[in-house]
Amino acid sequence: MTSSLTTDVTRESPSPPRFLAGEKVAKPDEGATLAQSEIKISVRDFDFFYGTAKVLHGISLEIPARKVTALIGPSGCGKSTFIRSINRMNDIITDARGKGTILIDGQDVYGSNTDVVELRRRVGMVFQKSNPFPKSIYDNVAYGLRIGGMRNKRQLDDIIERSLTRAALWHEVKDRLHASALALSGGQQQRLCIARALAVDPEILLMDEPASALDPIATSKIEELIYELKDNYTIVIVTHNMQQAARVSDRTAFFMLGRVVEYAETNTIFMNPKEKMTEDYVTGRFG
Amino acid sequence: MTANLRRRKVYSGLFEALCALAVIVALIPLAMILFYVVKEGFGALNVDFFTHMPKPVGESGGGMANAIAGTFILICIAAAFAVPVGCLCGIHLSEYPGTKFSSIVRFSADVLNGVPSIVVGIFAYGILVLPVKRFSAIAGGVALGLLMIPIVVRTTEELLRLVPGGLREGALALGATRGRAVFSVIVPAALPGILTGILVALARVAGETAPLLFTAFNNRFWSTSLTQPIASLTVQVFTYAISPYDDWHRQAWAGAFLLVMMILALSILARLAVRRLERMNRS
Repeated sequence: MTSSLTTDVTRESPSPPRFLAGEKVAKPDEGATLAQSEIKISVRDFDFFYGTAKVLHGISLEIPARKVTALIGPSGCGKSTFIRSINRMNDIITDARGKGTILIDGQDVYGSNTDVVELRRRVGMVFQKSNPFPKSIYDNVAYGLRIGGMRNKRQLDDIIERSLTRAALWHEVKDRLHASALALSGGQQQRLCIARALAVDPEILLMDEPASALDPIATSKIEELIYELKDNYTIVIVTHNMQQAARVSDRTAFFMLGRVVEYAETNTIFMNPKEKMTEDYVTGRFG
Repeated sequence: MTANLRRRKVYSGLFEALCALAVIVALIPLAMILFYVVKEGFGALNVDFFTHMPKPVGESGGGMANAIAGTFILICIAAAFAVPVGCLCGIHLSEYPGTKFSSIVRFSADVLNGVPSIVVGIFAYGILVLPVKRFSAIAGGVALGLLMIPIVVRTTEELLRLVPGGLREGALALGATRGRAVFSVIVPAALPGILTGILVALARVAGETAPLLFTAFNNRFWSTSLTQPIASLTVQVFTYAISPYDDWHRQAWAGAFLLVMMILALSILARLAVRRLERMNRS
């Protein structure tokens, strides 16, 4: 766990953030299909129910590894329900159940031999409302490591520094690691939650509207961060903000009434959508 | 229009006045109790009261040292019994709120809360005194504990429910098991409130007399044995207050004063603990 993180941290970003440079280059054939080897999460005919209400209808998606995939769509379209199905966060809701398959690296998330605790360690999550524990900054980031059984102080210190650095928070908090996390600003709290998720070295990072409660400056920091992180993590992000989806993501899925209307390379969705409904939504005609 | 507005203002003023009156009516007895207890009790308090044993009938002077120690022991037993049971029960109720079992437990806690304390005393008498044919500190402590349990259960449950759901999700999303999430994140977040609940419950049972009458009974001698009858402030106050001796009446007032002060101190302590913990949680 530690060694892989070490290499992750030291590795340089191959190119400057695209959305910062202002250019948007994409290979025209990239969006059409994904090579089998690139697929990290594969969803097939996934339905989801709250009690008797069916909220997801036959979702089928292939999410590529080490790319940012955005889920957009109007409120109540099932984006959040879907993203929370990937790490089985919906399990804690009574009467909620999923049907169909979600495979991560070919392994069925809802399979009988899948341990949900291990699954969630591999699939980190950042929530809409930042939710730091009422503990110190240090203890927040250490939480996932400690439940994994790590006790070595030096090892913990190391990973905590690296995780906070990756989340672009280290310089702001390094002198007050043992102060309460609740004293941080909203944007800092959200980056702390990202650091906390990164500390356990997940393969996938799910972000459920991570910037919707933040001001523009904090938002742009989170977006830069997402861009940096995709070299090492597969990121799925739910967003209400279409500009944000356009800025940070490689592929975009447009959800509507519990169905995926269109899923393609982000440029295609925003510049040249196949479906009329997608075009109406991304151009702001409804939603 | 203006007539209507005037009428509404009159009604509003009327109800505000009624509310204020109700507050005063509620506060008068409290103020009077405090006034009398302080007036009669403070003067009767002296060093002997804390350090001396009761004198035999007919001799004046002496104190309630045994009863002070006894009350302390009794509430310790009660807390040792009720805090773990009550807290775990409250955790269960907040974690599994919808199950049939939970609603039964919740209803039972409410019923237990309403059971007259003398009945709880009879129950403890039946299961802990009758079989061994001896009054004991244990029996008294358990009776007090039984009275504490429902209060601790319900405050624990309610305070755990106030913890934002996001914290639980955050912990689970990091790979915490359900139990781990509860004990490492949710319970600590609610701890200040739970502690207050426990202290309030302690304050409540520390003032109980009825359940001790036939469980802990009373003891005119120094005893710290858990299996022997033990003195308590409340029972001692009761015994002295119904006696025909002026000196005992004086001591009863002193005992009452001490009880009130103890309960006040517990309440203040509860407040301070909350403030301290909240500050720790915040900054």
